Amino acid sequence: MIVPRLALQSLRNRALTASLTVLAIAFSVMLLLGVEKVRTGARQSFADTISGTDLIVGARSGGIQLLLYSVFRIGNATNNITWKSLEDIAKHPDVAWVVPLSLGDSHHGFRVLGTTLDYFKHYKYRHGRLITFAEGEPFDDLFNAVIGADVAEALGYKVGDPIIVAHGTGSISFVEHEDKPFRVSGILEKTGTPIDRTVHVSLEAIEAIHVDWKQGIPMPGETVSAEDVRTMSLKPKAITAALIGLKSKLATFRLQRMINEYPQEPLSAIIPGLTLQELWQLVGTAETALSVVSAMVVATALLGMVTMILTTLNERRREMAILRSVGARPATILGLLATEAGLLTLAGVILGAILLYAVLAVLQPYVDRAYGLHLSISPPTYREWITLGAIVLAGFLAGLLPALRAYRLSLADGMMVRT
Amino acid sequence: MAQTSPRNLEGATLGSGASGIIKMLDVSFRWPGPRSFSLAIDSFVVPAGERVLLTGPSGAGKSTFLSLLCGIVAPESGRLEALGSDTAKLSNAARDHFRAEHFGIIFQMFNLLPYGSIIDNVLLPLSFAAKRRERAGQNGSIEAEALRLLDNLGLETEDLHGMSTASLSVGQQQRVAAARALIGRPEIIVADEPTSSLDRDRQDAFLDLLFTEAAAAGTSVIMVSHEEALGSHFDRVLRLEDVAVTTRSAAA
Repeated sequence: MIVPRLALQSLRNRALTASLTVLAIAFSVMLLLGVEKVRTGARQSFADTISGTDLIVGARSGGIQLLLYSVFRIGNATNNITWKSLEDIAKHPDVAWVVPLSLGDSHHGFRVLGTTLDYFKHYKYRHGRLITFAEGEPFDDLFNAVIGADVAEALGYKVGDPIIVAHGTGSISFVEHEDKPFRVSGILEKTGTPIDRTVHVSLEAIEAIHVDWKQGIPMPGETVSAEDVRTMSLKPKAITAALIGLKSKLATFRLQRMINEYPQEPLSAIIPGLTLQELWQLVGTAETALSVVSAMVVATALLGMVTMILTTLNERRREMAILRSVGARPATILGLLATEAGLLTLAGVILGAILLYAVLAVLQPYVDRAYGLHLSISPPTYREWITLGAIVLAGFLAGLLPALRAYRLSLADGMMVRT
Repeated sequence: MAQTSPRNLEGATLGSGASGIIKMLDVSFRWPGPRSFSLAIDSFVVPAGERVLLTGPSGAGKSTFLSLLCGIVAPESGRLEALGSDTAKLSNAARDHFRAEHFGIIFQMFNLLPYGSIIDNVLLPLSFAAKRRERAGQNGSIEAEALRLLDNLGLETEDLHGMSTASLSVGQQQRVAAARALIGRPEIIVADEPTSSLDRDRQDAFLDLLFTEAAAAGTSVIMVSHEEALGSHFDRVLRLEDVAVTTRSAAA
């Protein structure tokens, strides 16, 4: 056991350079694991956002785009679908339920979603969980709004507070629906999905706030008061998209084709899970690039370690001569240096993992709030253990480079003490 | 090629006999590669317990001679016996182990590892030599034996606890190195100018202490130095150039 003991003592003797090397490896390992965590976290977040919906229908467009704007509130719809088309689809014998979605307005940067009460009945996330209310109840009045957990937390809203919806989806809007204020009727439980950052109102409310608008701007001299609007017919003429639940999964493809070939209007129907797969294929290259970059950072850190060991090698020739004189074989010297490299890498990997979990613990709530990305603080996965083990092995192998040089030097030097 | 000019040395002839603890006969060695430095030893014999001083200027092949003697390198030809074993025939690893068990080595300077405690440094050879470790622990713990040696060599052992080797004076470092060479009573101590960095009084004191301990353990001492004045401490003084003939070929 002399080699590990000597290696430890030698590293302790060079505590500063050794700690800096360990730190460099630790940061690189943290980056590598962090990228992996964000990657799996993002995938999980996306996969958890929608569940139990068989088809999503929208205006004809790319499937990924439809999925992104209808479910993830990313990007905008290029076109609407008419209420008439949705009624046709809803009448189809295979269809169990239909939840219309109407997007396009916002409140302090949070998207406003117009929908029906069926949304709270049928929308499911994370393995079939239903949305539940933390406080209050669904909208039962035209100007009621149900807000997600993040909206409530970020803006400090309680049930009963008034809110004014802005036209458009930017966080700063110059055109507001200030003549028709809403009241918070309910606050949803945190879901870890885009629902948390959504303001839900009824479809009729979306119609009501736009009743005196044309071409996206309020018509001067044609204002309709909030009281008057209640007396008007608020049946929507168009919606952005709709979620569809089927009576039998077997009908999924049949209905999808039917909708895609709907003669009255160009529509697109997508199967959420399959489209999500398409999305992963699309972002897979970027993910790979990110992983490659972080792997390069680890390689750089290991290279730094090898450089550190190599540069100290010359001043350590004296030490090697001493070891040879007391009977150490050149192989022992090789083992000593390789063990030092292995120990440095092991320490770096352990510290990197600890740092990652510390950073996760601190940043998790912020990332969740700001990006809707839920990063799970879970023990390393099998894949991550393998990665960590591979890094330690790589460090040990990289250490063989200076170790072999030391081996050759100690063979050539013999007992001559170089100073 | 090594220049061979056999010469019988008076001292070597006197010392040769069945009890020779070191026997080098017709040994030749050449460093590989462009160094092309070669050494030929006709006959060099050291009886057990003898103290031999080899004097010679630098460049006389001192390092190569000591490397051969301690088994760091093996001779190209000839006979090299230590304690009756033909170490030239041993594998490299076996020769390293042989050195650990039977040799104590003291360098001119920088004898100690910059890490580990003073005691760790004294105990270092025992990690490579099981029998020597056993011998060192015969009268108690090996740590106690290390302290006893350090004490006998004139180091205030009470002050040594927790001290790093870097904080020792050169004289103190040489005593720690002597304790390391002596621990576990190896049969042969090889010293390479161990006193050259000490002043004259300290040289004498150091050698007296070393020889007292070596005599108590029955250990032979082979020392190389450029200072012939140290000869009075030894049983025998030889000039290195009379023992080993060096040849330096033109750089390749």
